Amino acid sequence: MSLIEGRSGAWETVIGLEVHAQVVSESKLFSGASTAFGGEANAQVSLVDAAMPGMLPVVNEYCVEQAVRTGLGLGAEINPVSVFDRKNYFYPDLPQGYQISQYSQPIVGRGAVEIALEDGTQRTVRILRLHLEQDAGKSLHDRDPRRTWVDLNRAGVALMEIVTEPDMRSPDEAAAFMAKLRTILRYLGTCDGNMQEGSLRADVNVSVRRPGGALGTRCEIKNLNSIRFIRQAAAYEAGRQVEIIEGGGSIEQETRLFDTDRGVTRPMRTKEEEHDYRYFPDPDLLPLELTRDYVDRIAADLPELPDAKKARFVRELGLSDEDAEVLVADRDNAEYFEAVAEGRDAKAAANWVIHDLFGALNRSGLAIGEAPVGAAHLGGLIDLIAAGTISGRIAKDVFQAMFETGRDARSIVEERGLEQVSDTGEIEAVVDGILAEREDMVAEYRSGKTKLLGFFVGQAMKATGGKANPKTVNEILRAKLDS
Amino acid sequence: MADNALTDLTIAEARERLDRGEVSARELAEAHIAAIEGARALNAFVTETPERAIADAEASDARRRRGESGALEGIPLGIKDLFCTEGVMSTAASGILDGFVPTYESTVSANLFAAGAVMLGKLNLDEFAMGSSNETSHFGPVENPWRRQGDNRALVPGGSSGGSGAAVAGRLCLGATGTDTGGSIRQPAAFCGVVGAKPTYGRCSRWGIVAFASSLDQAGPMARSVRDTALMLGAMAGFDPKDSTSVDIDVPDFEATLEDGVAGLKVGIPAEYSLDETPDDIRALWDEGIAWLRDAGAEPVEVSLPHTAFALPAYHLIAPAEASSNLARYDGVRYGQRVEGEDLIDTYARTRGAGFGAEVRRRILIGTYALSAGYYDAYYLKAQKVRTLVARDFERAFESCDFLLTPTCPSDAFAIGEKSDDPIAMYLNDVLTVPASLAGLPAMSVPAGLSGGGLPLGLQIVARAFDEETMFRAARAIEKAAAFDARPEPRG
Repeated sequence: MSLIEGRSGAWETVIGLEVHAQVVSESKLFSGASTAFGGEANAQVSLVDAAMPGMLPVVNEYCVEQAVRTGLGLGAEINPVSVFDRKNYFYPDLPQGYQISQYSQPIVGRGAVEIALEDGTQRTVRILRLHLEQDAGKSLHDRDPRRTWVDLNRAGVALMEIVTEPDMRSPDEAAAFMAKLRTILRYLGTCDGNMQEGSLRADVNVSVRRPGGALGTRCEIKNLNSIRFIRQAAAYEAGRQVEIIEGGGSIEQETRLFDTDRGVTRPMRTKEEEHDYRYFPDPDLLPLELTRDYVDRIAADLPELPDAKKARFVRELGLSDEDAEVLVADRDNAEYFEAVAEGRDAKAAANWVIHDLFGALNRSGLAIGEAPVGAAHLGGLIDLIAAGTISGRIAKDVFQAMFETGRDARSIVEERGLEQVSDTGEIEAVVDGILAEREDMVAEYRSGKTKLLGFFVGQAMKATGGKANPKTVNEILRAKLDS
Repeated sequence: MADNALTDLTIAEARERLDRGEVSARELAEAHIAAIEGARALNAFVTETPERAIADAEASDARRRRGESGALEGIPLGIKDLFCTEGVMSTAASGILDGFVPTYESTVSANLFAAGAVMLGKLNLDEFAMGSSNETSHFGPVENPWRRQGDNRALVPGGSSGGSGAAVAGRLCLGATGTDTGGSIRQPAAFCGVVGAKPTYGRCSRWGIVAFASSLDQAGPMARSVRDTALMLGAMAGFDPKDSTSVDIDVPDFEATLEDGVAGLKVGIPAEYSLDETPDDIRALWDEGIAWLRDAGAEPVEVSLPHTAFALPAYHLIAPAEASSNLARYDGVRYGQRVEGEDLIDTYARTRGAGFGAEVRRRILIGTYALSAGYYDAYYLKAQKVRTLVARDFERAFESCDFLLTPTCPSDAFAIGEKSDDPIAMYLNDVLTVPASLAGLPAMSVPAGLSGGGLPLGLQIVARAFDEETMFRAARAIEKAAAFDARPEPRG
């Protein structure tokens, strides 16, 4: 927990999130129009999306399945009956004049997400609910000095609104929650988590209070589309509220916008200016009824989620908490690692993946899916080390060559003649040569400066081009020097 | 003379003549096009489509020659202008949709055309189907072809399917589609002396029908015989995956059981439908109807629908609430009429202020109020609870009877302008039709006699959900016994 030190004492930040996650599906929530990103304006609009007279919504069953899958992934209750409501307001990018959403009876109820904090402790963020709703279209105000253009391609796309309890106590915790939620959604394949494209965005509710005291009045910051902005906006907002309170003022409940250029929040509308949305059950749609069987079938198909995977990596593969945490943060990374670790030393595999592979990917700006070194090739490299064919030192060079060429380890080792020398005779000859050349240092060693062993090892490795088995070199050197 | 003979036919009679090759679809269409031209004073049509009718009819005759005959092959129909029709202006009789031409065809009208029907045009209605007199239409009121004895004032045809009722009664089409939200098929059918049936909610797809109150709207047929409505409904109905509230249940052959009679059935007579203000002629006709059914072998039983009195107020909260939201899409942004304003809000206000008529604006305001924070529980939610109780009343009643018999309306047709500045008096027209709508039950009106003023009166049959077969059987029994053969004086 991190507190804000104000002039009058410490303040605690309280944060709750309303996350909008675009459902991964081919077509929209209530129409067959495509959901593909980046299409020509108004090219993906059905008669239903455009709210032509007499058009009716029909729920896309796949979107329902995705919501249930997400609910299960959040450890949440799946409600056997949920209801679609109309949220009524006028706006040009809302063709029906109402958004179909779920108000009093959402499809998913209470759940929980565990987040790991910097100091290694865990915190539980409770999920209050998840509901399905339609996205609106896009209003383009900057194409014409007088008129607004409307693109309805997004109109009707399925969103999941995921609402948390106010369980986060710092901007970092809010960021950690968002990152964890994104990981879970990507594991589930229910939201692509792409915040730049707007597939995942959050409204952040912030209030401040004396540590452990009664909750303060909250302000809601709308529509943040990066984890960095969530952290920045929450930090700015908490600071702003502390300043107002300490200056003798009070917080007005309001909706605010985050100015990403200046890093400040600005008022959008006050509570009095809130719409009366006149929610009521959509008479065009029947209540959504899910059978136990249906939910169980989806549950049976659920992938292993990050928390379970991490626990298994620690328990069964002997990884450290930190390494396991890093590996499971992304499903593709975890799958890559598991492919490398299969039948091999898992710790060695984790080291190679986390330090060498991730390092190289970062430097070259590549995603794991684009890695020039596939899991099988990296595994092959580790196998060569384990078999004593190459040394760990040589392996680093081989990896570099693999990353540059995309070739497998063995062919590089063979081509460049990098096999490790473990032949005792060959190494003895090299060692004898070195000892004969540096009799002065041999004398120093024998007079007690045993630290010089490292020097002799280095010389031997150098003389063999790094290919000598360091263990054998050590043994032979000790035998000769200590005799 | 020959033309009159063609426009006087029932759908069943026309079908026989077509089958026997005594008449062509084209001749039928031409006779009706002439009739429509001669009766423009009724203002029954918003859009006449004579060229389309001829083309449809010729295509139908060609199909018949190839031996491909649908259930309504060559039958000329009018389509209520609440149904979206591909390439033909569809307005919901609202200024805001004036000029709107859909690129798509409603499921129900598509079903009719797939069965071989010929489209004569789009029929007038109350704006967005909100009204009981067809006086709220942007295109002006429709006149009922009937006149009260000794009174030459033009009468309303009822509403909202007033154009449909007037066109069927005035021999401008053999049948017409209607939609019924709280009585919008049954009441105009009664006022115009024709048969009108509202099937069970979910029987017909709502896809492509301009929505008024989604949880209540149902399409249904209007025609000049029970048989005609039965065979039209057979073509209109069916599960539609594009409407989530349409029910996946087989459509029976309604015509096949039509003549099965009512012997052995129990007819429920709900005490609460006898209102203090029910006129004597309607009360007498109801008694007569009970006697006809008894004579046909049915057993009358008294039943109670205790929440009947609360149905109309509940309806007038639920329907406007849904309408206030359904009509939000008419904002001038994408289609329909737009009136430019100073800014966005001003443009919305001007567009909707100019595009919607007074009754539609009134209902949007009522509905918006009923759904507002702080009022929702007291109005909308309470109304939904009443709706549940009304539906339960019917379930209980149907434990002791097979169908209900009631009057369709508490009065006969009134004069244009007579009630148009008294919304409550207007809403009371639907007091006997609204309860079945709230319960989603099939209900129909059959012309059964004349009022003291010589105007048609209807009796209403209400049946169990998805038991349209019993509804049609009972209606047919009334039709046979009533032998209603009065018709409006030709006019124009």
